Amino acid sequence: MSTEVKDPTSAAVDPRLLVRESGVKGYIDDFQRRLKGGDLGALPVAIGLIIIWVTFYSLNENFLAPQNLSNLALQIAATGTISVGIVLVLLLGEIDLAVGSVSGLTGAVLAVLNVNQGMSAGVAILAALVAGAVVGALHGFFFARVGVPSFIVTLAGLIGWQGLQLYVLGKEGTINLPYEGGVAMLTHTFFPHAVGYLIGAVIVVVYLLLDMAGARRRAKAGLPTRPISESVVRALLIAVAIFVAVYVLNQAEGLPLALVIFVGFVASFDWILRRTRYGRMIFAVGGNAEAASRAGINVRWIRISVYILSSVMGAAGGVMAASRLFAVNQSSGGNNELLNAIAAAVIGGTSLFGGRGSTYSALLGMLVIGSISNGMYLVQLDSSVQFMITGSVLLAAVVIDSVSRRGRQSSGRA
Amino acid sequence: MTTVLELRGISKRFGAVQALTDVDLKVDAGEVVALVGDNGAGKSTLIKVISGVITPDGGSITWEGKPTNITRPHDAQTLGIATVFQDLALCDNLDVVGNLYLGRELGSGGVLDEIEMEKRARELLRTLSVKIPSVRIAIASLSGGQRQSVAIARSLLGQPKIVLLDEPTAALGVEQTAQVLDLIERLREQGLGVILISHNLADVRAVADRVVVLRLGKNGGNFRVADVTHEQIVAAITGAQDNVVARRQARTSRKGEGEEAKA
Repeated sequence: MSTEVKDPTSAAVDPRLLVRESGVKGYIDDFQRRLKGGDLGALPVAIGLIIIWVTFYSLNENFLAPQNLSNLALQIAATGTISVGIVLVLLLGEIDLAVGSVSGLTGAVLAVLNVNQGMSAGVAILAALVAGAVVGALHGFFFARVGVPSFIVTLAGLIGWQGLQLYVLGKEGTINLPYEGGVAMLTHTFFPHAVGYLIGAVIVVVYLLLDMAGARRRAKAGLPTRPISESVVRALLIAVAIFVAVYVLNQAEGLPLALVIFVGFVASFDWILRRTRYGRMIFAVGGNAEAASRAGINVRWIRISVYILSSVMGAAGGVMAASRLFAVNQSSGGNNELLNAIAAAVIGGTSLFGGRGSTYSALLGMLVIGSISNGMYLVQLDSSVQFMITGSVLLAAVVIDSVSRRGRQSSGRA
Repeated sequence: MTTVLELRGISKRFGAVQALTDVDLKVDAGEVVALVGDNGAGKSTLIKVISGVITPDGGSITWEGKPTNITRPHDAQTLGIATVFQDLALCDNLDVVGNLYLGRELGSGGVLDEIEMEKRARELLRTLSVKIPSVRIAIASLSGGQRQSVAIARSLLGQPKIVLLDEPTAALGVEQTAQVLDLIERLREQGLGVILISHNLADVRAVADRVVVLRLGKNGGNFRVADVTHEQIVAAITGAQDNVVARRQARTSRKGEGEEAKA
């Protein structure tokens, strides 16, 4: 088929089309339209986070102290890593209830291999991740191949893997990790001040270069491009956010390795989701599995692979939790690990209905949940209140998701 | 004009139901053939035979003069038959570019080349004069006609020679229907053969060159649109001609005008 333009006027623009005006007015109009259409993105979370921080700061000034923020960063890293895997599963419109148990089980595998069997930390961590992959493959097999609803498969996993965790841990039920061991280093390493700034600078420069290279290619291909000013403003905002964070963390012990790992997972999976064929397939299956299948996408394989990734991320979270506590015990991965990981993904804006979301919601949502539990601990609120407030925040997030979905439907964008 | 696809004596039986009996269908390059018939007349079965979803029990299929077999959807695609199904196979959450290239994304090493895809998508939609706000807008934001246009445009990416459209104007408004009909005419201008299934005879008469009527799984008529009336098509669909009175009327009033190859 010829691709040349036969009649340029035939491509005339429909007068009802939404054309964004240039300049500041364009951004404001665009923003208002998105607000009305229920396309809120990360806005409610960002506002919620600010409210939470201001509230706790007014109750206790130590809340925003560098040392406490450094603690917060370490507290959210493990569960946040698990939440990244949950985001992938939610994008398919499915659920994984087993990640908490999987993180406990793989933590136990790690501890047994590293401490009892005397394997090196690297090998033990690798084995824990492989164990996670095997578990995920089993979930995926029963869900995608046998056709058991994902809720049931992973509910069985939630119970079953916890049992296996107890079995692996043996009679004592607790295995302590050496304080100076390789596993402990994961969450107890802090970068020197200069290295922290250097890492921040590299991220900003790489972002800016990639953005400019992309803009140049788009211009060359004759496609509409973002104005340079917008790119620069974006890069500046990112730079300010990163450098403020590094500066504050440097006032405490420095930039923690655990935070770099967590944010690294978030950024890499975001890139995979938006820039690779595999990520596009995940969105397609989550949006319309039938259409994806007709387009030649192997839906079954995508589902199995996402469950594998989810459990591997659960395992990575388990390794980080074990590292932070210097121990794995019978309650590792229990408690609220699972619920917090799912709540974080949803609070951060990933839709429960599939096909919409980003791994950055794991970061944002984890900041919200982490801030609440950290702040309540700081102002010495009872854990009963803590549960009730976390529950309310989760409900609020799902309400926003459902209402904005309705908004999208009424403005024809569901 | 050269005949691209020719079906002869196609029969298909599902258990006790004889869905198709000795059906013939011929499509030339640059020709729009409308396939009409009442519910249960065998239109869908015939479309499935052509698109390789089901294999016929008997009959022969000729592609560009050579006998061929279509036993699975993949065969149809490799020959150059693209099917746009009635329930649009689009992902609401992906943008137009994402949907156009779904399953055949451009790029290297698994990394998407968004810029090349966007460029080609814009060119494709411009050639077809498909009007959408932006190729970066999610499918969910588009009107029914725009979605149908995107679905049809997507079928063209595989460079087909025949496009099968299953009820492309069902549930569309007046203006949106016109958009889709315009698009079908543009496919014809580009030398593609189009098989259009529709219940809407106004659309059929507006855009098709030929009307093939199926009735109870058999050929019920084959007319040139130029020389057939609305009533004659309806009569062929409902079988109102299949009685003595109608046949006599036809003999006396029209003297055989219009029908050229009644089976």
